[in-house]
Amino acid sequence: MIKLTINGKEIQVPKGTMVLDACQQAGADIPTLCYDPDLRLAGSCRMCVVEAKGRPNLMAACVSPAENNMVIETESPDVVESRKIILELLLARHKLECHTCERDGSCKLQDYCYRYGVTDSRYAGQGPHFGMEDPNPFFKRDYDKCIMCTRCVRVCDEITGAQAINVKDRGHHAKIATVFDGKLADSSCVFCGQCVMVCPVGALTSKVSAGKGKSYQTKDVLTTCTYCGTGCTFELNVKDDHVVGVTSVRDSEFSPVNKGALCVKGRFGWDFIESKERLTTPLIRENGELRPASWDEALDYTANKIKAIKEKDGPDSLALFSSARATNEENYLAQKLFRAAIGTNNVDHCARL
Amino acid sequence: MTNSINELEKDATAIFLIGTNTTENHPVIGYKIRKNVRFNGAKLIIADPRNIELGNIADVYLRFRPGTDVALVNAMMNVIITEGLEAKEFIANRTESYEQMVEVVEKYTPEYSAQICGVDAEDIRKAARIYAAAERGSICYAMGLTQHSTGTDNVKTMCNLALLTGNLGKPGTGVNPLRGQNNVQGACDMGALPVVYPAYQAVTNAEVREKFEKFWGVPLSPNNGLTIPDVVDKAHHGEIKGLMVFGENPMVSDPDLHHVAEALDNLELLVVIDIFLTETAMKADVVLPGVTFAEKNGTFSNTERRVQRVRQAVTPKGDARPDWQIFCEISNRLGYPMNYGSPEEIFAEIRTVTPSYAGISYQRIEKTGIHWPCPNEEHPGTPVLHGEKFNRGLGLFHAIEFKEAYELPDAEYPLILSTGRSLFHYHTGTMTRRSSALNEFMPSNEVQVNPETAARLDIVDNEMVKLITRRGYIEVKTHVTEMVPDGVVFTFFHFSEAAANVLTQAKCLDPVAKIPEYKVSAARIEKI
Repeated sequence: MIKLTINGKEIQVPKGTMVLDACQQAGADIPTLCYDPDLRLAGSCRMCVVEAKGRPNLMAACVSPAENNMVIETESPDVVESRKIILELLLARHKLECHTCERDGSCKLQDYCYRYGVTDSRYAGQGPHFGMEDPNPFFKRDYDKCIMCTRCVRVCDEITGAQAINVKDRGHHAKIATVFDGKLADSSCVFCGQCVMVCPVGALTSKVSAGKGKSYQTKDVLTTCTYCGTGCTFELNVKDDHVVGVTSVRDSEFSPVNKGALCVKGRFGWDFIESKERLTTPLIRENGELRPASWDEALDYTANKIKAIKEKDGPDSLALFSSARATNEENYLAQKLFRAAIGTNNVDHCARL
Repeated sequence: MTNSINELEKDATAIFLIGTNTTENHPVIGYKIRKNVRFNGAKLIIADPRNIELGNIADVYLRFRPGTDVALVNAMMNVIITEGLEAKEFIANRTESYEQMVEVVEKYTPEYSAQICGVDAEDIRKAARIYAAAERGSICYAMGLTQHSTGTDNVKTMCNLALLTGNLGKPGTGVNPLRGQNNVQGACDMGALPVVYPAYQAVTNAEVREKFEKFWGVPLSPNNGLTIPDVVDKAHHGEIKGLMVFGENPMVSDPDLHHVAEALDNLELLVVIDIFLTETAMKADVVLPGVTFAEKNGTFSNTERRVQRVRQAVTPKGDARPDWQIFCEISNRLGYPMNYGSPEEIFAEIRTVTPSYAGISYQRIEKTGIHWPCPNEEHPGTPVLHGEKFNRGLGLFHAIEFKEAYELPDAEYPLILSTGRSLFHYHTGTMTRRSSALNEFMPSNEVQVNPETAARLDIVDNEMVKLITRRGYIEVKTHVTEMVPDGVVFTFFHFSEAAANVLTQAKCLDPVAKIPEYKVSAARIEKI
């Protein structure tokens, strides 16, 4: 164990701990943009700079190993001044469209500018524009909002393993691009949206959720995905009793299988819930056509028909195809209905199909 | 799965994938496997006729002829036995019928099977050595292994391989079916099968039946019920008169759709409970509107047997009702009262009749789900099965001979057709084809054709063709790609307007599991 003093508070951490972790353990709130605990360190945004007594330069806390007897200040005047300048530099290439931005209210850059009182940038107006709109239907890429934290590049490589994107060009002209700077659909991108999940600003946002509600307007409900058998958990974003999006929970306590990672279906394939084609009333066939009916009429009709068939031909002339998509509770009741109420074991579901 | 998903990311030192295009059908599991291979150096063996994405990082890639799984894996076992790489202690202490298996496997030398499977004998040796040498070897498979007329044999052969190398009962090992639907595991656990009550308790076992009769308060049928394909056949013959279809779409998912359509038309009563007017619902006498996962509470059990919560986020649309209420209403009208106040009350009853779920409660899975078996409230759940002993005591080796698929290519139908899923759609497309982005990205079906095959047939990429089998034909556009080998074509089954299952056969199923042979049909392609 090694000993450090952080903002006047002494703490002990194991050797090899980074200064950022040590500061967080000491209760300091360090701003970070490029840092992501699940990804390899980039140390590029410099937002997490702190001052270590006796050192000539401020250090990026995320990539600096803690050393014995370090004395660290996380909000000293130099640190604050430095973070303000960093924010101004980041703002220089960040299109300020907060009022229409999907990430308004859940944008780290916005939060930090608010925290440090940075309203605009002395360096703005010089940079190039990246008017890149990708024609894919899943998410929007607006690189005029990109702050080059490279979290998207790292998550695409390290979590999904698609390796679809990387940094193209350098300096002011640096941007995130696929190979040959083409469309995502022509790259190895699998549209899992892990990049959207980790983007700290509004550079990458869901097109399916666009305009449907900002994060502070929605209620999030933790649930389990309805597609394959992996059992990923995520949150349904709800506004005015409508599902308007899906966001990930990255805490493994709530997301033990996927830790926030999803696939294209889980993240972008939810709007069938709100489809206009949903069945909203029972239907009964009459003269060859299905017509709307009340629940009582439809249920009576169903039960009477079942009774009649059972009386005439016995319970084994009836069968149930239950559902691999429905819940345990529903499957239990469905088979109980056929076994106990009707009296047949003709119960199956599409496990084989 | 005998083991849990996260072991594929951390614990397995070798992973053998057979008949699973994991990154496309179980993407998140695919990420984990890739991570383990790239960052921890786990070895990867792939056996798949198609050139799946994980093939890029495989140590051995066996692109074998569809339907020859048993010959391939028997040869791997032949190598392991011949080279003395088997787990002698495990075999001696924890298995039986080893000798019978060895006897059968003897003739499956790599050279012999290489001829059958169309792969290099050396690659079979390499695969066998990697898997046998692994400290912790995991086998994963999906429908590519099981949807054959020899599906049960194929699975047993994988079990043989795991037993032979002692790769069971510890983290990072196991025989792991990656199941394709969110709650296919749970539907099986709950007894939505014709031969078992909840927790796989046989309906033909008098003692079990008595227990359920007492619990449910009515006499129960002592006879095994019918599987889906049998129900369809009997409906055809007029023996099944009434069918309730709940959240399924046999008019897209079942083999030989002309046959299915005729069977459904023959019914006196077809009741469909669903969220959309599916192809099956269009044939119904009564359609009852159920709700999506977003509008109800309950639990799903995933492929690793983890029971997790489903939570209601929005109220049901229009007059739609949570499905559990629909079953209660019908049951009450049939004179068998079912009164539950909530899904949690139903779950409480499930716990009492399902020993493997007995220790699981909504409260316990509020955050993290629990793996069954979980026999009591103190039990932490069981991520790894078969640790000390198998359910039956000793692990049973099966002596299995290779059998060819039912329908092989011939002069008239010279191609092998396989069907499966795309990353961008799910099953019969009921949900994904009504998800705007997914359907915009992939609005129609395709048939994947190898460039060599395409050249022989004088067809080009994106050309509309007729894909024909003995059952019928669909019109579909081509995707000329190295994804499939020469002579094999592949199409998706999500699209009702060009439905793959018009083409598949329902005549010869696996005799035990009654699974159709979706991975091998004889087919031909004609220009339009």
